[in-house]
Amino acid sequence: MAKILILFAHPALEKSRIHAGLLKNIKGTQGVTLHDLYEVYPDLNIDADREQALLLQHDIILFQHPFYWYSAPAIIKQWQDLVLEHGWAYGHNGKALSGKRMGNVISTGGSQQSYTVEGHHGCTIHDFLLPFRQTARLCNMEYLPPFVIHGTHRLKRQDLPFCCMQYRETLEALRDDKYSPAMLQEATYLNDLIAQISERN
Amino acid sequence: MNEHSFFFTAMIYLAAAVVCVPVAKKLGLGSVLGYLLAGIFIGPNVMGFIGAEGQDILHFAEFGVVMMLFLIGIELEPSLLWKLRAPIVGLGGMQVLISTAVISVIAWWMGQPWNAALALGMTFSLSSTAIVLQILKEKGWMPSAAGQSAFSVLLFQDIAVIPMLAIFPLLAPVGAVTSTGGHSSREGLPGWMQTLMVFGAVITIILAGRYLVRPLLRLVAQVRVRELFTTFALLLVVGISVLMTLVGLSPALGAFLGGVVLANSEYRHELESDIEPFKGLLLGLFFIAVGASIDFKLIFAHPLMMVGLVLALMTVKCMILMGLGKIFKLSTDQNLLFGYSLSQVGEFAFVLLSFTRQNGILPDTTASMMTAVVALSMAFTPLVILLYEKLLQPRFTITENNTREADAIDEKNPVILAGFGKTGNVIGRFLLANGVPTTILDLDSDRIDMLHNLGIRAYYGDASRQDLLHAAGAAEAKIIIIATDTIDQTTEIVKVVRQHFPNLQMLVKAATIPDTFDLMELGVLHIYRESLDTSLRMGADALHMLGFRAYNARRAASTFRQHDEKALKELSALRDDRKTYLNTFKERIEEMSTLIQTDKVKPWNDEILSWDERSLMEEEGNPEVNEIPDASGSAEILNVKKENT
Repeated sequence: MAKILILFAHPALEKSRIHAGLLKNIKGTQGVTLHDLYEVYPDLNIDADREQALLLQHDIILFQHPFYWYSAPAIIKQWQDLVLEHGWAYGHNGKALSGKRMGNVISTGGSQQSYTVEGHHGCTIHDFLLPFRQTARLCNMEYLPPFVIHGTHRLKRQDLPFCCMQYRETLEALRDDKYSPAMLQEATYLNDLIAQISERN
Repeated sequence: MNEHSFFFTAMIYLAAAVVCVPVAKKLGLGSVLGYLLAGIFIGPNVMGFIGAEGQDILHFAEFGVVMMLFLIGIELEPSLLWKLRAPIVGLGGMQVLISTAVISVIAWWMGQPWNAALALGMTFSLSSTAIVLQILKEKGWMPSAAGQSAFSVLLFQDIAVIPMLAIFPLLAPVGAVTSTGGHSSREGLPGWMQTLMVFGAVITIILAGRYLVRPLLRLVAQVRVRELFTTFALLLVVGISVLMTLVGLSPALGAFLGGVVLANSEYRHELESDIEPFKGLLLGLFFIAVGASIDFKLIFAHPLMMVGLVLALMTVKCMILMGLGKIFKLSTDQNLLFGYSLSQVGEFAFVLLSFTRQNGILPDTTASMMTAVVALSMAFTPLVILLYEKLLQPRFTITENNTREADAIDEKNPVILAGFGKTGNVIGRFLLANGVPTTILDLDSDRIDMLHNLGIRAYYGDASRQDLLHAAGAAEAKIIIIATDTIDQTTEIVKVVRQHFPNLQMLVKAATIPDTFDLMELGVLHIYRESLDTSLRMGADALHMLGFRAYNARRAASTFRQHDEKALKELSALRDDRKTYLNTFKERIEEMSTLIQTDKVKPWNDEILSWDERSLMEEEGNPEVNEIPDASGSAEILNVKKENT
């Protein structure tokens, strides 16, 4: 059973429906640690030693955040800058994270349609996540397909339980290593794999 | 005699005090002189409102001195008293012995018989606890070296009165009526019994204070009747006085002891605030009575001799005191204050002189003349202090401001830290921890010595002195951090730095909003209000505990601080220069209310809009837009908290 660390970043969770719902739903899931960065470091003064120790205790690292300006809220960048040290996370002697998996769990206002080459935003989510992907590679980590909730501005209350359930099941599947490397290789979004497993069963 | 009814007399006393004290204070003469003048004015010599009863009132009002010593005791930690033991016994003892000897010899040389000369010597060696401590407190000189020395001497004198009262009957000429006038039950007992009683009384006070009074205070406090506590506090002081008089000790000394025993009690502040007004009233009454008892007829009969006697006496006392001060290493200006402040004769002299009269040691005429001398010397004291304050002290402040010479500074650092109190302490530690060499200046010699013991180099010296700042390397330094204890010190330093060291960036601590305004007027750019950051951090943590997100709370505090500082700057620009007390007070209230108003009307926390998706939802036509809470509702919706990290 793999251990999952969720590095959660939302500067105004009190205004969020999606993330508040997602968090509520995965509460108490075995093998999942939620680390609420803005709550722990409201002054952005990140304790690198503590974070590194936390990383070592887990196998799968997920950044969960709204997809602000095609990227993450500021604290994620601060976290990366401070925690992923040369000689620890990357470089000749930086092997602390090698073999672990990394991924993003994001919410976007725009629809999946708008994140295509022809769409409103002109690029796919996969493209936009390039810095994360390359970061994972530099740290000798395997980068997972993203878990994405699209169209949050249009989302209705009745859509929420489905998203939440999907998220929980995805985490459990990752934890129990239900996804084969080939499935992960092919998938655009992590969300899609849930359906594939249930079809198989 | 309706006009001499109790209420009429009370009215006269109170009215005289209410008129004279504010006038005296306004003229910079101090309250003691105000009371004395009030007494002279209503006394038999000027208006004649009060006559012979002045003496009785004097005895009654001496109780104010007892209360004062109780209050001094209660403000004094026993450990501090223990620290003062050397000056009390050494300085005080030598003062009493030498003064007694010198004055006795002079009296003898002037033709008094030896026993009368000795009685006068002992009487005049004492100083006035009431006047001196009141003045020192009013001027804020109590913590100074002179203040501490004066206090020690006065304490010893209060103790010395006990053997004096015992010796006086022995001085009475053979055949005289030896009535000591004492109501002491010690009389007629053998020596060892007397000693036993004295020690018994002292031990009773200490034990009762520890084990009886504290539970009683708790009991009385639990009744929750405010005036009962006051009653009990008064009973305590009166009870001690009665006990002490019974065994023939000084009630003032007993009250002082009682105060010290209760200094660590949890009811200390209640006791203080309950006794304080009574003490003030009685002490005022005491000063008035002294003023009223000055026999101007006698003085005007021999004006030159009287004034000459008073001045000679005060000079002799002052010189002996200053000689001792020199031995005890007081600096010149402190020594002057020490000598001047204790140069009068104390209130105990009235008691002792009436003894000498009863015992026939002194003839009536001499005794009443000496009483007038005592009263005059007391009346002169505030004037002498005024002379010191206005003429002598300013000369010394230029070269030496305090009891200790400024240390020689042999390091030059980019940062000068003036003031190593609560605030400076943290700043200094922080800078040192970050490897920034800092030159620390402070005016508290104890603090400096403590730092030395900790291995931190700090220098004793007044940072408002240009030469000292220069020695501290102000010309080459980059920053001066001013975290001194009082706004007066702070503004002095700011002015000197502005004038002589414009190269220095100033970071200035301010305690209050008015102080902040003063510093703004001086053009200080970086002002740090002492309690602001702490308050806002506490406020932010309170929000967090209520369920606000930590980051939201932090931003709210930060935003509020910016808002507050901006509002303060705007207010400062609007402020005009009305400086009188009433106006400023009203102004402060108005300023505070304007500040609170701006807190209400400005939506200062609303710029969190950037993370609000409501406008986007509206654009998309999502009807659930109204379900998104705004910041103020955040407490309720938060179920999600950080977990098992």
